[in-house]
Amino acid sequence: MTTTTLTEPETPTAGPRRTRRSKAARAGGQLHAGPIAYVILALFTIGSLFPLVWTAIAASRNNNRLAQTPPPFWFGSNLMHNLQVAWTDANLGKAFVNTTIVAGISAATVVFLSTIAGFAFAKLRFRGRGALMLIVIGTMMVPPQLSIIPLYMMVAKLDWTDQLQAVILPSLVSAFGVFFMRQYLLQALPDEIIEAARVDGASSWRVVWHVVFPAARPAMAVLGMLMFVQTWNDFLWPFLVLTQTGNPTVQVALAGLGRGYTPDQSLIMAGALLGTLPLLLVFAIFGKQIVGGIMQGAVKG
Amino acid sequence: MATRHDTAAPPEKEGGAAPGRPAGTDTADAEHRRRARLSRRWQRDMRWSPYAFVSPFFLLFVAFGLFPLIYTAWASLHTVELTAPTDMEWAGLRNYTRIFDDEFFWNAARNTLTIGIISTVPQLLMAMGLAHILNYRLRASTFYRVAMLAPYATSIAAASLVFVLLFGRDYGMINWVLHSVGFDNIDWQNDKWPSQIAVSTIIIWRWTGYNALIYLAAMQAIPNDLYESAALDGANRIRQFFHVTLPQLRPTILFTAVVSTIGASQVFGEPLLFDANKGASGGAEHQFQTLGLYLYEQGWVNQHLGRASAIAWTMFLILIVIGVVNYVISRRLRASS
Repeated sequence: MTTTTLTEPETPTAGPRRTRRSKAARAGGQLHAGPIAYVILALFTIGSLFPLVWTAIAASRNNNRLAQTPPPFWFGSNLMHNLQVAWTDANLGKAFVNTTIVAGISAATVVFLSTIAGFAFAKLRFRGRGALMLIVIGTMMVPPQLSIIPLYMMVAKLDWTDQLQAVILPSLVSAFGVFFMRQYLLQALPDEIIEAARVDGASSWRVVWHVVFPAARPAMAVLGMLMFVQTWNDFLWPFLVLTQTGNPTVQVALAGLGRGYTPDQSLIMAGALLGTLPLLLVFAIFGKQIVGGIMQGAVKG
Repeated sequence: MATRHDTAAPPEKEGGAAPGRPAGTDTADAEHRRRARLSRRWQRDMRWSPYAFVSPFFLLFVAFGLFPLIYTAWASLHTVELTAPTDMEWAGLRNYTRIFDDEFFWNAARNTLTIGIISTVPQLLMAMGLAHILNYRLRASTFYRVAMLAPYATSIAAASLVFVLLFGRDYGMINWVLHSVGFDNIDWQNDKWPSQIAVSTIIIWRWTGYNALIYLAAMQAIPNDLYESAALDGANRIRQFFHVTLPQLRPTILFTAVVSTIGASQVFGEPLLFDANKGASGGAEHQFQTLGLYLYEQGWVNQHLGRASAIAWTMFLILIVIGVVNYVISRRLRASS
């Protein structure tokens, strides 16, 4: 099922690109957008961004103002105060450090392991390659909730509850990562370069260090960002294993704000804003690359 | 970049590229043995390094994916309590009969299905329309793409908290807008369908842009020749969309449908945090309790890990059935067209 999904769109890109486009070809998706298209886009953009902007507005008010109609549409003066209180109340400082450690380690590991595995699947011949690749794709279809109970038992037995390694370990592996790197290296790394390195007598590890990693760097950066975002936003598993409030990730801290008996909605919004800001910054800076990466993974995935 | 590094890599002294030395009789013998040794090492390298490269993935997968999967099945046949996870008592299929007898299981299954449909279908349809628009020549196209992906950067926790406020009954923004165009206030947290729509809205908000990008990528991979010949045959843009774009996107649509279905079966954080009573029951009357939440309630609130395992495996089996049905339908569609 998946193999067809994944390989089929590949063929068109492999074909020769037309340099001259006839009028008829332009009719197929190269036309300039009309005003209606811009109106629809504007509505969707507002719909996407409004909840985020409103989080900031709500975080700059106080609780009484949020319990009135009409709801506030513009900023108040309480932002700094709310941010400070939310920061200390939800243990967000510790949460930021923890989440950065978790997301950093797991993104770096996933990128490294995915690159070498993706290289092997893309460029090396070995027995069982096709079958193993099918297993990788198959694992993308297995829902993670199936494994949380034994993982929880393992963590409980090892006495790792509330410790970061319990969160990190299961996130070190990503079938999507392997698949993503394989697809990238298939087209971005010409066989001739590897052969040339081989003729020069390079061992496989040398090829990886001196040929594959430099060639894969753009894809590694994108995969790293995607994995960082994903791990940063992980909720279920950290929520299960980090049960005490002393050592939370950002998501667990935010959930604590929402589920505790904090009646102050503006504080909760301040916490939500703080928890989202770092990633929004990453998006503001690297948005183009992330978009490109998702689309690249998508054509082939 | 790649080529530069490659040519910069110092040529190794090993292997076939060893510099030719003037060969004396005894040194030739030594040289021959050295070459044989290197060639053996070379062969070993060629043969085993692929496995070395893929094995970390598979080792980790076995430890954190496959083993837990099987162990969950094993645990589902036992009575296991959260307080003493290592004490397992054989129970046969009792966990399964217990949950099938529980009306809340069926309630959660129905809710998961309806929330799954309410969230997935509009999401994918809107994503398709958006992708179609983004596929035009646009001014500032990158801006729209990044803006639409911003919700994807927002976590479940943050998004749910914000939408709880937006969907507030008395002072929420959404009811205020509805009220000002003449509707009554809707109790988004306590009424069944409104609450399910609200939970679905959070999911739709976070994932529509992401899916639109996936469709857009697939649309851009469609060769122009197809549109060219369709246009020559006199097809207008709407016909082109239905007769060229959609058929070409079928594999991608199937892919997003499968991924969204898996995602929908897992919904957990949104209903957990949307609950005004801060519980795991999905509302006072379980009106938006999903299977994921029911699993959590059985395992971690009621502390029956064995029963939670049975729920997990039931969910998995349902997914497999859906996957097979999906596969059969897509095969039929392909055969008929």
